Amino acid sequence: MNNLLVLPLLIPAFTAVILIFLRNNVNLQRTISAVSVFLNIAVAALIVVQVSTDGIQTLYMGGWLPPYGIVFVADMFAALLVLTAAVVGAACLFFSFASIGEKRERYYYYTFFHFLLTGVYGSFLTGDLFNLFVCFEVLLVASYALIVLGGTKIQLRETLKYILINVISSTLFVATIAYLYAATGTLNMAHLAVRVTEAGQGGVLNVIAVLLLLVFSLKAGLLLFFWLPDSYSAPPSAVRALFGALLTKVGLYAITRTFTLIFVHDLGLTHNLIGWMAGATMILGAIGAMAYNDLSRIFNYNIVISVGFIAFGISVATEDALNGVVFYLMHDMVGKALLFFLGGLIIAASGTERLRDMGGLIRRYPWTGWMFFILALALVGVPPLSGFAGKVMMVRSGFGQQDVVLALIALGSSFIVLYSLIKVFQQAFWGGEKGDEPVRPLHYKAMMAPAAVLFVIVIMLGLGAETVNGYVGQAGAVLADPALYINAVLKE
Amino acid sequence: MELLIALAIGVLFTVGVYLILSKSLLRILLGTTLMTHGVHLLLLTMAGLKTGAAPLLGEKAEAYVDPLPQALILTSIVISFGVTAFYIVLAYRAYRSAGTDDVEGIKEERQ
Repeated sequence: MNNLLVLPLLIPAFTAVILIFLRNNVNLQRTISAVSVFLNIAVAALIVVQVSTDGIQTLYMGGWLPPYGIVFVADMFAALLVLTAAVVGAACLFFSFASIGEKRERYYYYTFFHFLLTGVYGSFLTGDLFNLFVCFEVLLVASYALIVLGGTKIQLRETLKYILINVISSTLFVATIAYLYAATGTLNMAHLAVRVTEAGQGGVLNVIAVLLLLVFSLKAGLLLFFWLPDSYSAPPSAVRALFGALLTKVGLYAITRTFTLIFVHDLGLTHNLIGWMAGATMILGAIGAMAYNDLSRIFNYNIVISVGFIAFGISVATEDALNGVVFYLMHDMVGKALLFFLGGLIIAASGTERLRDMGGLIRRYPWTGWMFFILALALVGVPPLSGFAGKVMMVRSGFGQQDVVLALIALGSSFIVLYSLIKVFQQAFWGGEKGDEPVRPLHYKAMMAPAAVLFVIVIMLGLGAETVNGYVGQAGAVLADPALYINAVLKE
Repeated sequence: MELLIALAIGVLFTVGVYLILSKSLLRILLGTTLMTHGVHLLLLTMAGLKTGAAPLLGEKAEAYVDPLPQALILTSIVISFGVTAFYIVLAYRAYRSAGTDDVEGIKEERQ
């Protein structure tokens, strides 16, 4: 029992509720939000330290021992993701201060922001499948509101589509939960793992596994990403960064958790399926990233590529590959947030999203330009930077497991990432200025500050890969051996 | 009884999917609501329709009803309430801004 585990959920939830009452006092809203996110980082870091020294931490809500009641579990994987999400969330908050505008702030922007974080942390920490559904809904409802806040026509249109997709996938999710409950009689993940092992995974359990994969893929944008590029380009940059960094990763977390803990007895079916979906996602994402000429679409297809890449690591499923998944997830959360920050700066500085109308920004904004260049290298996985360690672990075990085709696709997709981002860099920063007179972003320095912090983290993740790997190794060990997780939850 | 409810679930899903495929926002909304209700019935049936006393300690009944599906359905209903309310407001807002509740009408050309 460790009551600390519920704090990442409670802090943003309470903050959000308090902020509802402070609608007109923007400064107070900002102060409380800032305090809240820093508190969250501290709690998340404390949880990581505790998990590292004392092993997997659990919290049985209301003292109901599993399989009854709701249980919160923090293994190293969940703890690391909560910490990364807390850091990225804080950066997004400070980026919002500078860029979101007072009108949105008055219409409960920060409230929805904190509710979104509540859902994200909840999804990472919960050890119960139905509770996962509830946390998904919390973050989805907040994300609906965040997309539509502002009410332009594009936003309305995309939100309608986004809600419809998510309502259908949530409906399927509950249906899958119903089947799973019928087949196993439990919804606690650790208990499910035991029951599935006892019953032997085959027949109906395989059908359920594939249904779950379908549901999570819709949320993560794995193969079923048709809604993603449009929906993610509707809201302003700060919200895009939050979505790009956190939302798809929650889906990926759910896939990782389910297919390393519960459905691990028929790798030939489920993990092969994940592998081919990952391959198709990388190829289609790469085509999208090359095809478009506006900033938001290129970035959104880059999200798709990285989702495919992480799913490839999940499908390989060796301990080394799972270490890579954890490391790459952390890198990608930070990197994608930073990518959208810099994208937001570029859009603000050039006044357009179309690459064709940009140019010459390097003279006015050298820092932004070189940061973007180095970030592009980091996302591709050039050695001393943060993308390298995760990528090398996944691709190496891919070759080791004879998944040569997928590993080659994964490597090829890296080149497309490089190509698409360098295209952006070249067209936005080089050449002559276009447009009549240069647009000056209002809060350039305030927008650069959170970007710079994330930039330092990207570099540190790469240079300190050895240290980070100590923690990542603990996460991978639990993912590779479900018994550790099961014993920690069902010990009493 | 299970058969009857299974049929009801099938009908709800069929009608729901049919409505979602139409162009009017209101019909899509009704479609999602019907599908959600289908899922709730599915949850109830999947645990098996048992007859028995309420699952209370000290009642000393011989058969208990499984309380878990009911708790799940309750939660799910509350969530679908919220999402439906949000969708209605959004559909209304889209109708006000586009002058039509036709999905094609809201789509309009890019840029």
